[in-house]
Amino acid sequence: MTAAPSTRLDFATKSPTGITGLDEITGGGLPRGRTTLLVGGSGSGKTILALQFLVNGAQDCDEPGIFVAFEETPARIISNAKTFGWNLTQLQQNKLYFMDAQPQPDLVQSGTFDLSGMLAALGAKIEEMGARRIVFDALDIMLALLVDPVAQRREIYRLHAWLLEHGLTAIVTLKADSDDGGAISQPFGFMQFMVDCAVILNHTVVLGVSQRNLRVQKYRGSSFDENESPFLIGKSGFEVAVTRTLGRGGEVTNERVSSGVERLDTMLGGGYYRGASVLITGFPGTAKTTLSGAFAEEACQRGERTMFVSFDSDSNEVIRNLGSVGIQLNRFVENGCLRMVSARTITGSAETYLVRIKTLAKEHRARCLVVDPVSTLSKSGNELTAHSVAERLIDWSKAEGITLVCTSLLDEMSSQSEAGSPLQISTLADTWIHLNYLVQAGERNRGMSIIKSRGTAHSNQVRELILSDAGITVTDTYTAGGEVLMGTMRWEKESAERHACEVAAVEAKLRSVRLEAEEAELHARVKSLQVELAAKQTEKEVLARSAEIHEQELVSGRDRMRELRGSDVAPEASSVTR
Amino acid sequence: MTAAVFTFRLYIAGDAPNSLQAIANLTQICETHLPDRHEIEIVDVLQDPKRALTEAIYMTPTLVTDSPYPGHRIVGTLSNTEPILQILGLGAAQRRKFPGLKDRDAAPQLLRRPEEAM
Repeated sequence: MTAAPSTRLDFATKSPTGITGLDEITGGGLPRGRTTLLVGGSGSGKTILALQFLVNGAQDCDEPGIFVAFEETPARIISNAKTFGWNLTQLQQNKLYFMDAQPQPDLVQSGTFDLSGMLAALGAKIEEMGARRIVFDALDIMLALLVDPVAQRREIYRLHAWLLEHGLTAIVTLKADSDDGGAISQPFGFMQFMVDCAVILNHTVVLGVSQRNLRVQKYRGSSFDENESPFLIGKSGFEVAVTRTLGRGGEVTNERVSSGVERLDTMLGGGYYRGASVLITGFPGTAKTTLSGAFAEEACQRGERTMFVSFDSDSNEVIRNLGSVGIQLNRFVENGCLRMVSARTITGSAETYLVRIKTLAKEHRARCLVVDPVSTLSKSGNELTAHSVAERLIDWSKAEGITLVCTSLLDEMSSQSEAGSPLQISTLADTWIHLNYLVQAGERNRGMSIIKSRGTAHSNQVRELILSDAGITVTDTYTAGGEVLMGTMRWEKESAERHACEVAAVEAKLRSVRLEAEEAELHARVKSLQVELAAKQTEKEVLARSAEIHEQELVSGRDRMRELRGSDVAPEASSVTR
Repeated sequence: MTAAVFTFRLYIAGDAPNSLQAIANLTQICETHLPDRHEIEIVDVLQDPKRALTEAIYMTPTLVTDSPYPGHRIVGTLSNTEPILQILGLGAAQRRKFPGLKDRDAAPQLLRRPEEAM
């Protein structure tokens, strides 16, 4: 064997009970070859636990067992256990034996007696079938016949010694006063000190809801979980709720799964992580169900088996309602990919819900799970346990690698500060999306924001969530001047802005045309002026020329006249004219 | 009145004190009330545990009366005699009806202990 010595030791010293949770609490099972005392009030599940211990031993550990019934006839025990699907009839052939040790009603007692006869008979049976496990159910019934406390004590010692001698792994069940948290009446009280392991079952009713708890009170030579753990008698017997033990966690992947809303995926940087737990909180009517429905539809489209648990409405109603926003789930229900569960039909404690959800999800082999809303768990007297149930729901889904989307109703009365979801699971969830109303200008609009998303970059803007026939769309809100606008206000603002833009564009065009015209005009004016200028220049030139000609004419005329006169003083006159 | 024979089977566990006491008490009852009309079989369950199993004898000592009909099972050391005699039809009232029986054992002294008086 390659097993480490410690595990071999554990296997050698512990008898696995095969009961979900109990083996985890005790670190492997009940002490092998020793006696375990099982104490509980009426209806606390002692007989079932004890019988399941034997059944599992006979079926899975090849350890035949004997059930000594002091309180009920074996026939009744067997018929009661039928619902658990244990194959008792087959086991009874050679692996399981019921001894009917009820005191007969017509029994006459005269003087004291002892249990040697029973032990001798059992000894014969043990040898015959090679029994390794034994249960004494309701030993107190038999001991009550012994009036003398000393005689009772003597028989308990006799039994204990006999068990040790035969090396049997035994469970002895005793009744306890149900209101006294596992205290057993005095003559048997010392048994708690004698045995190696003591398990206490209690059954209380808190605000009308039954709560069952199991606690290991002592376990010699072994560590164990000392807290009370809720348990349930489910379809296949006893189930003890334990938080996931470390190291058994599911694989962590970087794979993303779509949320069913394109824009939301972008906001989350690609979608939810596979195996993550997503919490959607919001007030009634903020489209929590719709958002989770979109996730379910998307998952089914990828062909992933999905389960949708609805606490609020009937599954057909959910399908119809989601159909009105373009989420068609019916086809997936028909092809078996999607399983709708209406949990209104499950009644009981939060623990019951969890176990039912787990069982159904296992049956369906679901990879994606929607619980809508998870806050229902904390209703009707479940406040105390609901938190740990929600915690285990998340733990369990993580361990199984199931992507979990749960919605949580926020109380309308609670502050708008998004402070905390009722179950405080907001701290456990990987991604927390908050939906809110924004009341403005006579309308309510849905706002969506991502409060947290572990391990993913995400947008920190509030977006508007719009539901329509075509499905869900997420749009940006209009933010300007420090205010956030949604709905028609956003639309009005946006269209006004568009209008203003158009007007401005037209105006600009007009202006440029006008300017062009002015420019053209100026150009024209420049041209005419130039022409005028040229005319003036020419005129000026003409003027200068004519003056010159005139002078020449004068000069030549004077010369001529002198010539004609024969004048001799010419130079002065010529200098004056110049 | 024909004297019916009483057949007794007493299951004991070896030489446990309870068992020895039961043997002594049964012998005493028979000798006192049923002289010459009783048969006693003693079964030691330690010697024959299979028989304890098949006959469902889980408390020792156990006295089984097979005859006369109907049979009875009496558990214990048999130290409280009066209920036993009543079951067997030998109680004080019956004895007065049948004066042939001696009434000397109305309050048997043998091995009777106060704490077993119920």
